[in-house]
Amino acid sequence: MSEILYLDGISVSFAGFKALNDLSLVVESGEMRAIIGPNGAGKTTMMDIITGRTRPDKGIALFQGDIDLTRMDEAEIANLGIGRKFQKPTVFESHSVEDNLQLAQKAPRGPFASLFAKLSGAQRTAIDETLETIALADARRRLAGELSHGQKQWLEIGMLLMQQPELLLVDEPVAGMTDAETEQTADLLRQIALTRSVVVVEHDMEFVRALGTKVTVLHEGSVLSEGPLETVQNDPRVIEVYLGR
Amino acid sequence: MPRRITLSLLLLFAAVVIQAPARADQTADQLTGLTAKSFNAKIAAVETLAASGDARVVAPLTALLEGRLHIRKADGAIVIVKTRNGEDFFFDPLTGAPLGEAKPRSSNKIRLNNRLRGVLHGALGALTLFSPEVAQRLTAAQAMFKSAGAESLLPLAKAYLQETDASVRAALARTLAAVRLRHGSDEEKLLAAKMLADFPDRDVRDLLANTAQTAQGELLAAVARTSKGIERRLSFFNILQYLFQGLSLGSVLLLAAIGLAITFGVMGVINMAHGEMVMLGAYTTHVAQVIFHGYFPGAYTQSLLLAIPCAFLVTGLFGILLERSVIRFLYGRPLETLLATWGLSLILQQFVRSVFGPTNREVIAPSWMSGSIEITGGLALTNNRICIIVFAILVFLVLTLLIRYTDFGLRMRAVTQNRAMADAVGIRSSWVDAMTFGLGSGVAGLAGVALSQIDNVSPNLGQGYIIDSFLVVVFGGVGNLWGTLVAALTLGLGNKFLEPYAGAVLGKILILVLVILFIQKRPRGLFALKGRAAES
Amino acid sequence: MKLNASTWIFAALLAGITIIVPTLNLALPETSALHVPTYALSLFGKYLSFALLALSVDLIWGYCGILSLGHGAFFALGGYAMGMHLMRQIGERGVYGNAELPDFMVFLNWQELPWYWYGFDSFGFALAMAMLVPGALALIFGWFAFRSRVSGVYLSIITQAMTFALMLAFFRNDMGFGGNNGLTDFKEILGFDLHSQGTRVALFIASGIALLAGFVLCRMIVASKLGKILVGIRDAESRTRFLGYRVEHYKLFVFTLSAVMAGIAGALYVPQVGIINPGEFAPANSIEIVVWVALGGRGTLIGAIMGAVLVNLAKSYLTAAFPEIWLFALGGLFVGVTLFLPKGIAGAAGSVGLARLIGARGRP
Repeated sequence: MSEILYLDGISVSFAGFKALNDLSLVVESGEMRAIIGPNGAGKTTMMDIITGRTRPDKGIALFQGDIDLTRMDEAEIANLGIGRKFQKPTVFESHSVEDNLQLAQKAPRGPFASLFAKLSGAQRTAIDETLETIALADARRRLAGELSHGQKQWLEIGMLLMQQPELLLVDEPVAGMTDAETEQTADLLRQIALTRSVVVVEHDMEFVRALGTKVTVLHEGSVLSEGPLETVQNDPRVIEVYLGR
Repeated sequence: MPRRITLSLLLLFAAVVIQAPARADQTADQLTGLTAKSFNAKIAAVETLAASGDARVVAPLTALLEGRLHIRKADGAIVIVKTRNGEDFFFDPLTGAPLGEAKPRSSNKIRLNNRLRGVLHGALGALTLFSPEVAQRLTAAQAMFKSAGAESLLPLAKAYLQETDASVRAALARTLAAVRLRHGSDEEKLLAAKMLADFPDRDVRDLLANTAQTAQGELLAAVARTSKGIERRLSFFNILQYLFQGLSLGSVLLLAAIGLAITFGVMGVINMAHGEMVMLGAYTTHVAQVIFHGYFPGAYTQSLLLAIPCAFLVTGLFGILLERSVIRFLYGRPLETLLATWGLSLILQQFVRSVFGPTNREVIAPSWMSGSIEITGGLALTNNRICIIVFAILVFLVLTLLIRYTDFGLRMRAVTQNRAMADAVGIRSSWVDAMTFGLGSGVAGLAGVALSQIDNVSPNLGQGYIIDSFLVVVFGGVGNLWGTLVAALTLGLGNKFLEPYAGAVLGKILILVLVILFIQKRPRGLFALKGRAAES
Repeated sequence: MKLNASTWIFAALLAGITIIVPTLNLALPETSALHVPTYALSLFGKYLSFALLALSVDLIWGYCGILSLGHGAFFALGGYAMGMHLMRQIGERGVYGNAELPDFMVFLNWQELPWYWYGFDSFGFALAMAMLVPGALALIFGWFAFRSRVSGVYLSIITQAMTFALMLAFFRNDMGFGGNNGLTDFKEILGFDLHSQGTRVALFIASGIALLAGFVLCRMIVASKLGKILVGIRDAESRTRFLGYRVEHYKLFVFTLSAVMAGIAGALYVPQVGIINPGEFAPANSIEIVVWVALGGRGTLIGAIMGAVLVNLAKSYLTAAFPEIWLFALGGLFVGVTLFLPKGIAGAAGSVGLARLIGARGRP
């Protein structure tokens, strides 16, 4: 297996505050990885670096072995095949569920292509399938703004699926969800991880356990510990800064 | 005064015959020369009188020029005729003592021709050199620089020797040198050309340039050398002048923009009615003056000082009223706030136009704000501009200290950085908003007081500043008053230094384009917050 | 790109106005109660050009969240392009009788036509410039602004600064656009006397057709996938970006298109009012356009058209009848609409169940 994401020695600071400090992380192709860490550990900033929202002060970020992510902007990176789900569910609230998926669907992204775009039969089928996957088939004509919090989270994940990314970054997908919804979400993510690489940032330990994947612990902008959840949980340094509190 | 000038002047005076001051009776005798038949004799008499340096002859010579100097038929005495309540009276030409009613056709006017008029003008100018008023002597000495002919040398030299005031002495020396350069012998011209190096101003430069067209040899070289020195000093003064004007404009921009920076920084509110708050401040100044005029007419120009707190309170309270009645319903919708406050600005303009009328209102400056400080002939700083610069700095310092060290400032900064957290720790952010808006508006009122001194107080006053103020705020970045200071001064100086090369309008356009380009480069301004706070 | 029924209804309404009003002017005798006097026809023709302008603002503000406070500049540039053509058409009939130079250039002692006046003797060239110049300015300005992600109030302020700078520039005599007085005293267009009834009717019809075409074009755009992406940018810009759309390209496309529409509106406006001067660049004018759209209801297109016509009707009436009141009314309108009618008339109508009828597509 080759690595899909390779971060080495990434540092970035905001007005003197070191958000990331010499962070190194490797994600293999097809792997699902959970990232945990206390507030301010640099989880969201790491996502910002990978998706081109923030430029690192120094360090290397490579995608699929040889594509330099630090030189590209958000749209270019998205078109490479990196999808991102925000912490706060972000969907197009004044569009219908169906339209949300259509906009996310992999297709030419230029203005003129969009102006004359028409949905093909295959594209319709893909949208229908995704609606089934995220359990929103009945709500396809409703405005996204009218959905419940959990449904919006799923819709956003559904949009990422329509993008057909190689790598999916998911930021706290179960924040504010009921237990039942959390369980469904874990199922959904595991299913997605069968066909692509997924990085999940999460606080909820039960959820991470349910995912059953390798875990990376961030602390003060760098990697503190890495391995299966049990190993990490028994790491004395992790216990000290995070779990032991 | 440098010793060189004094010495040179004495040299110049070697050729001048200095007469003793005329005695009183002598002056009266000389006056009778004006009754001569021929114009040449009259001119000679006028020149003698002028050379006497006796201040009393100003009255008869003025009367002569105005056609009021008559010869009384009864005794042939020279008298001045003045009209009081429609009837004519005679007065003594030297003492001004009344000499009774003038019957019609009881006297003959002393007649003039154009040459005599010219001589009289020159003579009166020279005589003012001996006026008891320093200011008049100074004006006369300066006025003679361009026009005085060889005949003025004598009174000028005399005045110089008598003069005790240093600035008048300098002005006299400058005029003397100019006259010598025009009318002197070759040696005198050379000396004058060298002396003028001590007076680096535009008039001297022009005089030298004129002289250079006809001068030859050594004189030409001396003139060229002096010109070059003057040019260098003048361009240095020019830079100082632009610097001063730029600082002045910058401080005006700072005053106009700083209130805006506070409301935008803390509340994210784009207040399009800010210019009208400035306008209200200016009108408050006007009203304060009118009230003062009614109750303390003696001291009414000093009302400006009282207008400062008044304007702050009036516009501040008005700002709080606007915040509570309109703006607070629009928080989090900056574009809507922009439109609503624009509407408010239209209403305020029309309101003021309806109450005070569309014409300009005058605000008279107190005496200590009029006039100017002259550094040299080429560089003068007007007092009102200096006052505004000082005022702007004071306002800035007070605001900085207020935000840094007071409890209110602490709350304000807390709300700026994290509104939700500030609410959570018990700061009533809505109260802070109202107070902040009041503070921003109050500062706009202060700007209005200052602007009433240099701009027309009219309903459109605020409109002229609003776009510039926005550019200052945007250029400087949000949430940092130092950014506003730097931006205001940069724009002010940039404007004034571009003006001489590009012209006033094109200079302003250039600045606008530069700021637009700058914002593309740094969308959040000079001193922008970074990191998470900037993302929202 | 299918258009819904409401679009067809409104388009038919516009077409009807374009046909019926000139008919009422031409066919009925002046004594008839239904006769539309020629001055009223011209006034209404002016409103139609304003409506097209409002449409261009609604396209970017209502659907893409770009609040331009400088759209008056594009309108005025289009107007100047047409004005320059009309100026060249005066020919020897000017006060100074100079066939080559417009009067103001003779007055300024200019000897020859500046290069940027070349070609404006051709109507087609002038019309092309009325679209190209605003479009090119929008393209350059937008390229700088959107590339560096200037947005929200910052963008509003620099667009305002842009129109302000242009106003100052056009006030200068040596710019060669007539300075303070602008361009006026036009005689004819395409050989027809500008003051004749027939020409005025033709101009009205042209405005009506341009508005109709603009409306249908905007409808087609907002109904397309591109339109949905624009709304996506308005509501969740970073989501759009992370889906792989180059937001700046979309903004640039719609901003430029909008500027071209504004330019056409300006080119239709000038022959109907007979003058164009730098006052059209005043920032206040640009903000006024925004309130037309806000009153009518942004993001509805139909609302923008209604708002432009309603506010200008009120303006024509009030400035004549109660000049003191007008600014109070306009100011009150700004405050009232933002406080009590955030979705405008069309949006308010939508929320009482008429949404389908007028096809409103405001924020939920």
